[in-house]
Amino acid sequence: MSRLYEPTGFSRALETGAAWLLGVLWILPLAYAVWTAFHPSEYSARFVLTAPLTLENFVRAWDAAPFARYFANSFALVTMVLAGQLVLGTLAAYAFARFEFPGKDIAFILVLVQLMIMPDVLIVENYRTMSRLGLLDSIPAIGLPYIASAFGIFLLRQTFKTVPRELDEAARVEGAGPVAILLKVYVPLAKPVYLAYGLVSVSYHWNNFLWPLIVTNSVTSRPVTVGLQVFSSGDQGIDWSIITAATLMTSGPLLVGFLLFQRQFVQSFMRAGIR
Amino acid sequence: MNRPAITGWLLVLPAAALLALFTHWPIVGTVWDSFHATPKGSNPAPFVGLENYQVMIADEVFWKSLWNNLWFALGTIPISIALALVMALWVNSAMRGRIWLRVAFFTPTVLPMIAVANIWLFFYTPQYGLLEKLTTGLGFGTHNWLGTESTALACMIVVAIWKEAGFFMIFYLAALQSIPPSLAEAAALEGAPRGYYLRRIVLPLLMPTTLFVLVNAVINSFRLVDHIVVMTRGGPNNATSLLLFHVYQVGFSFWDTGYAAALTVVLLAILALAAIGQFVFLDRKVHYQ
Repeated sequence: MSRLYEPTGFSRALETGAAWLLGVLWILPLAYAVWTAFHPSEYSARFVLTAPLTLENFVRAWDAAPFARYFANSFALVTMVLAGQLVLGTLAAYAFARFEFPGKDIAFILVLVQLMIMPDVLIVENYRTMSRLGLLDSIPAIGLPYIASAFGIFLLRQTFKTVPRELDEAARVEGAGPVAILLKVYVPLAKPVYLAYGLVSVSYHWNNFLWPLIVTNSVTSRPVTVGLQVFSSGDQGIDWSIITAATLMTSGPLLVGFLLFQRQFVQSFMRAGIR
Repeated sequence: MNRPAITGWLLVLPAAALLALFTHWPIVGTVWDSFHATPKGSNPAPFVGLENYQVMIADEVFWKSLWNNLWFALGTIPISIALALVMALWVNSAMRGRIWLRVAFFTPTVLPMIAVANIWLFFYTPQYGLLEKLTTGLGFGTHNWLGTESTALACMIVVAIWKEAGFFMIFYLAALQSIPPSLAEAAALEGAPRGYYLRRIVLPLLMPTTLFVLVNAVINSFRLVDHIVVMTRGGPNNATSLLLFHVYQVGFSFWDTGYAAALTVVLLAILALAAIGQFVFLDRKVHYQ
């Protein structure tokens, strides 16, 4: 928006005040969790500036549950999902953007169905499928329903459509096949979109909870979100210091990544949103 | 078929196969299973016609969950969209500390819903929680926010608004930045006051974004129940049970998959309605221009 219509004078002060108030309100629950996690439990709801800082809660949380394994599982999960999504999404998007084939329009509409009806709500049937495939309680069971992503296909198709046909034809004249053209012309031009999509996908699958909760039941396949829930509803009692420490720990990688690269994060989400 | 057609199909095939297996087949399967009893052992499930739906009509928890879900959507969506718009206007202005504000508003979006739920669970906890500290500090009595039927759902709504407003803000921010500055210059030349400019120029230009955000918000309010699982498990007395949570309970606590399929059909119908609504409105918007 143009700087012409900035609020001025008194209304400017008023709006700035309101914005700051909302900002503080928005950060308050998180700040409260950070305070509790980094202080001994007797200070968990006493805000004394001299309260000693400690990492003890993190150590105890880490020792109380196999978080290392949970992290490894989550890492394997998001890597598998993202790699699959990028490969399948790129291929399908390329076809939808640049090829004519019978049934293309219907196929595209069938892809878009998944934008509305995500695997998140098809838990009963997908559980049955995973059980038939003998995949229950495995990392592929968590990831498979999401690997063909309508969102990714749509986003990449829109991007590929903006690539000038001349580039495509120049490569073809040089004798490049369709896959070579895809890899040499289209993929490099779509790099920012891949980055944007990657961030959105990783944060979605790192944070996903209900479906992993349903299909996993052992330490060997649980991602951190499910691990955290098992941990905090287990026999910890309600030691909030440890639970908040564990909570921050599980969100840690994304949170730190966001705070360090917040501009890129926001731009990526913006880019993924414009379609 | 000619060569490009074959190549095209081959390129689409892997994604199409997985989509068919994990999206289309389950949709058809849900409808099919909703007319069948829950299979026992390895025997095929007998056809029971509309019996699952009759059970549903008599199921008080289903009606409660449906109403809860509608109230949850109604409570969450307008407020989070309005807040998102205001946040975007602020963050997009030359306001002091706007980068800090953007981080504050967007941070809840990056956190897993389950982490958010844990943080808010602590926030709402009787005696220890920050909310309790604030209210008792101001001289009010103690109140079990999550344990009382009348306040539990409102608590969930607050959590969802907190989590989602910053996410929707991003879409408004992108839309605001794509408005050409010449419009503001023209409006200023005409002497239009700020309120007029925002109401009559910015807001209409943001309509497609609002529609997009609205549809996403509707989907999210029926798709996301992580916070219910963590914070209340649908209680007290089903006061916070949402539709998908009821599906989860019926399907995976009682293992009544036939009935769970019938419940899922309702969920799918609601999502399909949102999709149709989007098409109708998009259509109107195109005619309007």
